[in-house]
Amino acid sequence: MGGTKKSIGVSYIINTTLVVLLFFVLLIFINTGVIGRYNTQVLTLVCINIILAVSLNLVTGVLGQLVLGHAGFMLVGAYASALFTKNIGLPLSISFPISLLLGGLLAALFGVVIGIPALRLRGDYLAIITLGFGEIIRVVSYNLEITNGAKALSGIKSLSNRQNPSPMFIYAFLIAVFIIVILFTFGRSRHGRAVISIREDEIASESMGINTIYYKLFVFVFAAFIAGVAGGIFAHNYGTIDPAKFDFNRSVEILIMVVLGGMGSITGSIISAGSLTILSEKLRDFSQYRMILYSVILIIVMLFRPSGLLGRYEISVPKILRYIKKRSSNKKVPPEAREE
Amino acid sequence: MHLLETKDLGIVFGGLQALNELHMVIDDGEIVGLIGPNGAGKTTVFNLLTGVYVPSGGAIRLEGNSIIGKKPYQINRIGIARTFQNIRLFKNMTVADNIKVAMNQNMKYKILTAMFRLPGCWRQEREVDKKARELLRIFDMEDTADQMAANLPYGQQRKLEILRALASKPKLLLLDEPAAGMNPTETRDLMETIRDIRGRFNVAILLIEHDMSLVMNVCERLYVLDYGTLIAEGSPDKIRKNEKVIAAYLGC
Repeated sequence: MGGTKKSIGVSYIINTTLVVLLFFVLLIFINTGVIGRYNTQVLTLVCINIILAVSLNLVTGVLGQLVLGHAGFMLVGAYASALFTKNIGLPLSISFPISLLLGGLLAALFGVVIGIPALRLRGDYLAIITLGFGEIIRVVSYNLEITNGAKALSGIKSLSNRQNPSPMFIYAFLIAVFIIVILFTFGRSRHGRAVISIREDEIASESMGINTIYYKLFVFVFAAFIAGVAGGIFAHNYGTIDPAKFDFNRSVEILIMVVLGGMGSITGSIISAGSLTILSEKLRDFSQYRMILYSVILIIVMLFRPSGLLGRYEISVPKILRYIKKRSSNKKVPPEAREE
Repeated sequence: MHLLETKDLGIVFGGLQALNELHMVIDDGEIVGLIGPNGAGKTTVFNLLTGVYVPSGGAIRLEGNSIIGKKPYQINRIGIARTFQNIRLFKNMTVADNIKVAMNQNMKYKILTAMFRLPGCWRQEREVDKKARELLRIFDMEDTADQMAANLPYGQQRKLEILRALASKPKLLLLDEPAAGMNPTETRDLMETIRDIRGRFNVAILLIEHDMSLVMNVCERLYVLDYGTLIAEGSPDKIRKNEKVIAAYLGC
């Protein structure tokens, strides 16, 4: 946890202030109608995609295990929470948070079931198994009675309405911030070091006393849980879900966000998830060209920055401030004078 | 009671008897060498002792307790640590973090404590950071603590791997060709280091090495393997004169 206690404290204060400021500015814009209902939905989607990207980044970037079926966990969470709020008969303000938890837990359960066999082995088995899982769960939900099959599950109530457009955004934003914070602190703890050491060298990690299977399973299941929660918010944000929304392309889309931002960098995932989501929403009129644009961006980034926009580094406002301060103080005192 | 004892230890890969009825004992604080021509089965012995391979037969006891069937991380926690023939550092982690990974087993705070950064997390992190830097000081490497491990020069990478193994507080340290790729001066330094480690950390050391000057100077006893079979054991002087050993090395 580098840095002195004081500088960490200052960073905490700066970051918290900025996040709170951003939150209230957006909230005021939404409530006064400066940001319309459609754009509020887009902003909520940005938060959802950020949640998905940072959770996938935890498995693929930090742990180093490729997952190709993240949308599958999202699907499980989406249907579980939508069906819960539709059928339970409680007021939505109570049943919605419970349904998110439920969606997350069910997705985590699927994570355990496919994670145990896949993660006991070394190598890329997880990629294949999650790929299979994503397809199977989609095809199954096409054919089930309860999910309403390909006809789509509609009439999922949203907390937001014309009078009060902000609740879905508040939920998505706060959950995203909470998840980002705990993933960040997790990554900088002894447990985070253990997980990174597995990415770096699994054999060495195990021979240094790290229970690699436990950590691999924990991280994978935790990411599945987060994806399930994101799915729940997604379902209630749109009101209608059908299995096609959670197909392989969706998984790849999330993976692209992670790769583009830099594998292992939380802030990288946030930046690329945010910008790609807004970009693809603004390009809705040219939606058939969207994938072309995605691939062009990806090729350019891979050519010029093979490890993603930020690589493994994190970017933060306090860091930038310190950097500017250092540069300006260096300028004030020329190097020759300092040596004396 | 011996620190480590193997009896009739053997392993078969397919039809190949890679190791055959190995009897070996190591006592507290001893420096023991394991030598033999290429492909004799030396690294296989290490992999058996650390739980990477499960033996086809025989017994391995650490302080009287069998360790067969235990996973590598469990064996590390009860007191056997190793280095690797081809260096296996966590390259994209800092030097200090490399050591902290090995110290993880002695830290207590839980995942939730970490996520919410409760006081226990801060306290233990401060302690482990201090301990890691103290350990680095032994090899005069405290300046490198915040560098990426991949950026260290080769010799320091070898040293870091030894330090990382020591950080897990082993009773027995296994060194797989510690002098590989070192020049004669560095090798002489390494001999001092190995003796120094034994005294300072109170560990027994079993080392595989091809550099005979190092083996003959540092080791108190030697085991010689050839084609998976023990062909000689004893003091360096005795081994030097042993006809079987000479034949195995010269191939006549």
